[in-house]
Amino acid sequence: MTAIAEVTPDVLAKYELVIGIECHVELKTASKMFCACPNEFGGEPNTKVCPVCLAMPGALPVPNKVAIQHMIRAGLAFEAEIPLFSKFDRKNYFYPDMPKNYQITQFDMPLTQGGVVEFWLDDGTRGSCRLTRIHLEEDTGKSSHAGSGDGRIAGSSYSLIDFNRAGVPLMECVGEPDLRSADEAVAFLESLKRTFVQLGVSDVKMEEGSLRCDANVSVRLKGATEYGTKAEIKNMNSFRSVHRAIESEFARQVGVIERGGRVVQETRGWDETTGTSVSMRSKEQAHDYRYFPEPDLVPVELEAAHIAALKAALPPSPAVRHRRYVESYGFTVAQATQLVDNVRLAEYFDRTVALTNAPQAVMNFVLGDLSRLANETETHVADAKITPDALAELIVMLEAKTINSKIAKDVIVKLWNEGGSAKAIVEKDGLAQVSDPSAVAGFVDEVLAANAKSVEDFKAGKENALKFLVGAVMKVSRGKANPVLVEQALRDRM
Amino acid sequence: MIDSTAVSIAAAVSSRKTSARETIDALYPYVESSDKTVGSYLSLTHEIARAHADRVDARVKAGESLPLAGVPIAVKDNMCLTGTVTTCGSKILEHWTSPYTGTAVARLLDAGAIPVGKTNMDEFAMGSSCENSALGVTRNPYDLGRVPGGSSGGSAAAVAARQAALSLGSDTGGSIREPAAFCNVVGFKPTYGRVSRYGLIAFASSLDQIGPFARTVEDAALCYDVMGGFDPMDATSVDRPLESTATHLRTDLRGVRVGIVKEFATGELGAQIDAVYKKAYADLEALGATLVEVALPTAEFGIATYYLIAPAECSANLARFDGVRYGLRVDGINVQEMYEKTRAAGFGAEVKRRILIGTYALSSGYYDAYYVKAQKARTLIASDFAKAFESCDVIASPAASTPAFAFNAKSDPYAMYLMDYYTIPGSLAGLPSLSVPCGWVTPEGGSRPMPMGLQLSTPLFAERSLLGIAHAYERATLHADVHALPEIASV
Repeated sequence: MTAIAEVTPDVLAKYELVIGIECHVELKTASKMFCACPNEFGGEPNTKVCPVCLAMPGALPVPNKVAIQHMIRAGLAFEAEIPLFSKFDRKNYFYPDMPKNYQITQFDMPLTQGGVVEFWLDDGTRGSCRLTRIHLEEDTGKSSHAGSGDGRIAGSSYSLIDFNRAGVPLMECVGEPDLRSADEAVAFLESLKRTFVQLGVSDVKMEEGSLRCDANVSVRLKGATEYGTKAEIKNMNSFRSVHRAIESEFARQVGVIERGGRVVQETRGWDETTGTSVSMRSKEQAHDYRYFPEPDLVPVELEAAHIAALKAALPPSPAVRHRRYVESYGFTVAQATQLVDNVRLAEYFDRTVALTNAPQAVMNFVLGDLSRLANETETHVADAKITPDALAELIVMLEAKTINSKIAKDVIVKLWNEGGSAKAIVEKDGLAQVSDPSAVAGFVDEVLAANAKSVEDFKAGKENALKFLVGAVMKVSRGKANPVLVEQALRDRM
Repeated sequence: MIDSTAVSIAAAVSSRKTSARETIDALYPYVESSDKTVGSYLSLTHEIARAHADRVDARVKAGESLPLAGVPIAVKDNMCLTGTVTTCGSKILEHWTSPYTGTAVARLLDAGAIPVGKTNMDEFAMGSSCENSALGVTRNPYDLGRVPGGSSGGSAAAVAARQAALSLGSDTGGSIREPAAFCNVVGFKPTYGRVSRYGLIAFASSLDQIGPFARTVEDAALCYDVMGGFDPMDATSVDRPLESTATHLRTDLRGVRVGIVKEFATGELGAQIDAVYKKAYADLEALGATLVEVALPTAEFGIATYYLIAPAECSANLARFDGVRYGLRVDGINVQEMYEKTRAAGFGAEVKRRILIGTYALSSGYYDAYYVKAQKARTLIASDFAKAFESCDVIASPAASTPAFAFNAKSDPYAMYLMDYYTIPGSLAGLPSLSVPCGWVTPEGGSRPMPMGLQLSTPLFAERSLLGIAHAYERATLHADVHALPEIASV
């Protein structure tokens, strides 16, 4: 906290923040990565275990093909390269909740390499962050420490281990140090999350630990070309804490440098309650993981045709959709995000746009009237009676001035409640806009005759009188008269 | 005592001349008394055996055809069988009861075999004499003053001493073939990936392979036919059809080209041993085979290569024995100290030596020089074999350079490592390979003639060819029957 107090915004402004994110995402599969145990969150401790995930002597891993497929699809969604040959490796270190005391992971030949994650900031700017790789590994169990009162290992008299999570498939996404602000880091994570959820490869629930991320943070003077020394921040359990932790680390490192010190390479743990991080271990204490190829598994050999088929079957990428909405349709980032975050709404929107070529009007209806009706009736727009075809018809009629916007709003409600065709409703109820000059003149004459006072007021220069008269004509025409023609006719007659 | 072969026991039980239960009940008194001197077994599984024998008898009675009906089988103590203490010959697993049954054992039991007990072994299969067992001494039935070989010494001794008709061993660098040679039995290591390793406690995953010991090649073939084949529980098991071998045994070797390895000349092994192998090669020729000289120029690097790859793998494989979930735990003030005390007390000297070698070989800065280089050498050795097999169908060589040696004769670890000189190259190449009795020599200082083994190896997946050739040789020579089993137990 003191570091933050010492560093003024003016001082911070001299520095550039450099962030690389690494995150672990649990894959959504029926079974664990290397055995048939269910991949489900929670449950009584040690009830979702077997000889394989408990590392009983003699048990062997067998890879989950769905998990591998999820990885390929996740990579393809970010335009990563999917090598035809990849392999698993053992990462050796002792930890009580890691049953084999090595983790099966991928070291030098991961399932996906490269790729780019595109994200948007609230001010409408588009950013991107390269991925180094996404690789597949297995999760550990969970330790809990008892006897100390506060659940910490220090002072605890014994520990308990739950292996239900041990062996759950985990993808590790490693990002390049391309991010330059806490906002960008969060936007990057949101983009990752959105893509994984929409691909169905993960639920990405931070509160259940299915997304866990670390941030490699360094600072440098603006304009510098070399990176500063990085610190790795761990234990951030929400996007909000990622934001706070990065801002805090920015100030801490700038503070160290401003005081004439040097940032040391270390791993720091974020403490959400105090809003500070503490050093966990320095580079000198870093492990030698002694990676080597996992001899219990054969390499993963893929066929190009298989990858191509998976690519062809990918749902539209949320990033591509987002870009289209902002850059081609001119939506705000908030509007685009609202659509992109709700895949079924976005699909509904896209189908309607395809029939109308009027994205702005479609967006107004989808995010406006339809979303309001959806909230009121607790029905998803995609499940409501109003079809994209009906909405498109309505918008085409509106754009062609066959109906006016007031009528359109009424027809929307009718379509929502009853379904059917917009055209049919307009025809059946005689709601088409009246643009025939003689019919308009009839309404106008009727109103002028009945409102002599207003005519006088208008002639005396009171423009408000005209508005009143237009309203009166609309009323007489039951909303159908073309308001532009009505106004013109009134002026002509007066 | 079981003098009958597995084939004849299965035939007798299947035709209900006898029952599995009678067979096993008649066997146990002999096993119990003879094992006081031989020490093949670490534990006997009476209850499981009797209950299983009754089930087998019921199935036979119901008309089921079981290829191993009532055949007593001994299982090396690194293979899991539900409800049996499975120790790996180590203090760290001395009291660990397996909660599941491995695939190979399960297939054999399902085919009617009856588990007699779990056999002694070098700790975690690391050794060539069984002397590295932390839990017992196994003696060579042909000379109780000598070792049975290792690491599968208990399984070799059990079959040799007629304490079981068949037994299972595991071979990583020669751990089936060398004890088979020492104990006058057939020991067969199939192609790597042919028999599931699920339930085999790993020493070196890329080399370990389960195989049978038997008193005849035919019995070994029968056992292999039952337990081999793809297993979805082992990702390294090979998914290709298993050719039955027991139905394709041959009696002559016409048209077979036998490769004699230039680098494995037997002249330096002493006149007696040299004569045994010269005779063995001549016998192969007499059966119609053609002898051709082949070269394995990189085979001499086999031991160096093996002693990097196997320890590297074992350093990770044995990390799970940490006192946290099962096995020995020696308490400490924190988890780190508990690990250290547990592993210090639980592992023997040879296991520790190999964990240290392997950890070192994988360490940052040494990995390329040791592990990576060893993998390259392994590839070269395998390609030498592939080249040799262009001009021959089978390679013949000694299985071991000496007959069984006396206890404590090999106190230098490297001298012990050399026992696997002929077997390791084929292991690195993953080849199917076996040892079949081929003659007797009386060792210096020894009082009795001791058996020697002929190693035969074929290309990958050529088990049918290998067992066929070995059968022809065995039937023509009958070396195993030249000297009777000494009186080792009073029944």
